[in-house]
Amino acid sequence: MILFEQEEIIVAKILRKEILTPQIKLMVVHAPRVAHKAKAGQFVILRINEEGERIPLTIADFDPREGTITIIFQEVGKSTMQLGEREEGDDIQDFVGPLGKEIEEKKFGHVVCVGGGVGIAPVYPKARALKMLGNRVTSIIGSRTADLLFWEDMMGSVSDVLYVTTDDGTYGEKGFVTSVVERVLKSEGADLVIAVGPIMMMKMVSLLTKKFNVPTMVSLNPIMVDGTGMCGCCRVTVDHQCKFTCVDGPVFDGHLVDYDELLARQRNYLDEEKRATETWLMKKAEEEVRHAG
Amino acid sequence: MPDSRLTGRPKMPQRSVAERIRDFNEVPVGLPEWAAVDEARRCLQCKKPGCMKGCPVEIDIPGFIGLLAQGKFDAAVAKIKEKNSLPAICGRVCPQEEQCENVCVLGKKGQPIAVGYLERFLADYERDKGIGAPEIPTSNGRKVGIIGSGPSGLTCAGDLAKIGYRVTIFEALHAAGGVLVYGIPEFRLPKAIVAQEVNFVKSLGVDLEVSTVIGKTLTLEDLKDDGYEAFFIGSGAGLPHFMNLPGENLNGIYSANEFLTRSNLMKAFRFPQYDTPIKIGRKVAVIGGGNVAMDSARTALRLGAEEVCLIYRRTKKEMPARIEEAERAEEEGINCMILTNPVRFIGNDNKWLRGVECIQMELGEPDESGRRRPVPVPGSEFVIPVDTLVVAIGQGPNPLLLETLPDLQLNRRGYIVIDEETGATSIPGVFAGGDIVTGAATVISAMGAGKKAARSIDHYLLRK
Ligand SMILES: Cc1cc2nc3c(=O)[nH]c(=O)nc-3n(C[C@H](O)[C@H](O)[C@H](O)COP(=O)(O)OP(=O)(O)OC[C@H]3O[C@@H](n4cnc5c(N)ncnc54)[C@H](O)[C@@H]3O)c2cc1C
Ligand code: FES
Repeated sequence: MILFEQEEIIVAKILRKEILTPQIKLMVVHAPRVAHKAKAGQFVILRINEEGERIPLTIADFDPREGTITIIFQEVGKSTMQLGEREEGDDIQDFVGPLGKEIEEKKFGHVVCVGGGVGIAPVYPKARALKMLGNRVTSIIGSRTADLLFWEDMMGSVSDVLYVTTDDGTYGEKGFVTSVVERVLKSEGADLVIAVGPIMMMKMVSLLTKKFNVPTMVSLNPIMVDGTGMCGCCRVTVDHQCKFTCVDGPVFDGHLVDYDELLARQRNYLDEEKRATETWLMKKAEEEVRHAG
Repeated sequence: MPDSRLTGRPKMPQRSVAERIRDFNEVPVGLPEWAAVDEARRCLQCKKPGCMKGCPVEIDIPGFIGLLAQGKFDAAVAKIKEKNSLPAICGRVCPQEEQCENVCVLGKKGQPIAVGYLERFLADYERDKGIGAPEIPTSNGRKVGIIGSGPSGLTCAGDLAKIGYRVTIFEALHAAGGVLVYGIPEFRLPKAIVAQEVNFVKSLGVDLEVSTVIGKTLTLEDLKDDGYEAFFIGSGAGLPHFMNLPGENLNGIYSANEFLTRSNLMKAFRFPQYDTPIKIGRKVAVIGGGNVAMDSARTALRLGAEEVCLIYRRTKKEMPARIEEAERAEEEGINCMILTNPVRFIGNDNKWLRGVECIQMELGEPDESGRRRPVPVPGSEFVIPVDTLVVAIGQGPNPLLLETLPDLQLNRRGYIVIDEETGATSIPGVFAGGDIVTGAATVISAMGAGKKAARSIDHYLLRK
């Protein structure tokens, strides 16, 4: 069985790398075991090297036959920038998954899938899974500006209708995804809304769908360490209860999440992240100078 | 003249407080050879040794001490290893004062033999000398899967490999060792020692697959399909308990598991050279009174906290931490607030921890554990200002793997039920041991459970 051919199976190799926008990169990683088990909604944790942190990333696409997992990430700090420097053929030291729970895959009826910013990536496999089960899928994707938009074609291929927004109007409709969500809910309603993106966006979408009484799923991305329920770093309050995102989620009922707490917890290490990024960029610059000299 | 047999117990040489609180290096440095031999000579070599009964794995304690006294170090190490495959670890972290040393005859009138120090001395002697490559037995080709690489899994794997099984350990994290690598800090158990034990097990032919979560990446069914005939579950008690008090999700509050994992496994103490950060405020409080609480408090100190206090709801007498470690913590200036229990956490507008409100406790009637139950004193609430707080009140069984095995019988508290004699679970061919059976316990008991299960797995497969 392919799952057990030792060694080369265990190291995750980058097969393909694509630059989606200046700051958002896609990587197709050879990880047959993970690909074999992956379901829409789950995530992986990777570590670039011995000094690296454990980075959680939602699975953007998976192909069990090819044994690949697609990850999409925005370069926001040292770790993601360093990951972005990796090239095709490079190995990723640790690549573990699939973690978390999958979404419920069944026929809901009309499903509205909302993806904001880099959140378009995790929304895609969910839209695809639900579309394959015969749901009518309306997708709404948005970004700050045209340059940051990606996967319009991919989302289009799994949706009956696709709306695109940019905050500054450089592409698609000018404005936020929420206004399109509102329009769709008013005109035709929905049986389920799935929203993935910045916390503020998920909060706004959830407030809106609450008004329309439409069940809503959101996918959360708090800071994590192990991703197996061992540390509690990823705890969130859902329905006044403490949940561990990595094992109880990452998908939760959007109407019950304490977004303000989540937002605060995500800012926990901003200072440290800044310091790590600066130290690293400085070191790189020094090395370049030395190289040039 | 005082009887040297009663009073001769050596003191463990250790680094000074001023020196050790500034780094993560080991605190006790080990006995010199002459002291170890002298101490071994103090042993009465009892005909009916109580110490062996006090040892969870019944090491032939008088046997190895006798050999040590004669200067036969190699033979002494071999004697320990008949029963204990991890002496360098156990010599450092076993609670000997509650086990072998607690029942030593010499301890009745004077001071017990320092069994732990001697065990450590011999293990370190062997390490310094370089452990020879073990003989690799011919493989019988039969595959056994071990889930979890803590002391129970490592031991079970090693013992099975020694009798010819093809063993693979599956570990969820990226490094092997379980609590030994993510929980117990460097200053108490150097990671190089754990790595050496792991390498030894690998040198026996055991395969180690890290970053593999059983129940997620692979299931037991997948492994059976691939020819695995028996399993040992040693997945530990890794689920952190929280207090369920208001404000517990404020920034600055960690579970001990997170705090220690960041520092030990992820090496946050070397940030930014290592990428994982850890926040440490000027004032740190740790809730709890066990080893995990002590380790957290002493780690906080070394990470640069100005003031560290322990908050414990009973009294020092009831503290489950090892006495030696509690004493070291106190020496290092960790302030212990006993009979104190938190009632809520107080944050600022940005949801950062600023203080913990506590209530004074007093001891009431004994509870089921026989310890007097602490009860709150009404109206005695007060606030301790803190920036960082670690909750170290215990762990439970992690349900991640267990949920995928509906046929596996669990007890009321969610731990795996086993046959005490064999370690067999309710699923044929699946054995279990360590913290996932007993709840958070000790390295030596986990190791003993791994040994017992290895024997049973061998019997099971021979009959199959
Ligand atoms: C901070 C701290 C200090 C301690 N101090 C002492 C001490 O001084 N003396 C002492 O004797 N004891 C001490 N203990 C207790 C001791 O460490 C444990 O009792 C012992 O490690 C238990 O061993 P184990 O093999 O059962 O599991 P663990 O050591 O917990 O290892 C379990 C392993 O299984 C892995 N795992 C879990 N689920 C899966 C899965 N689904 N798939 C793959 N892998 C999985 C985990 O990642 C982990 O690596 C301490 C514990 C802690 C936390
Ligand atoms: S990341 Fe550690 S428990 Fe979820």
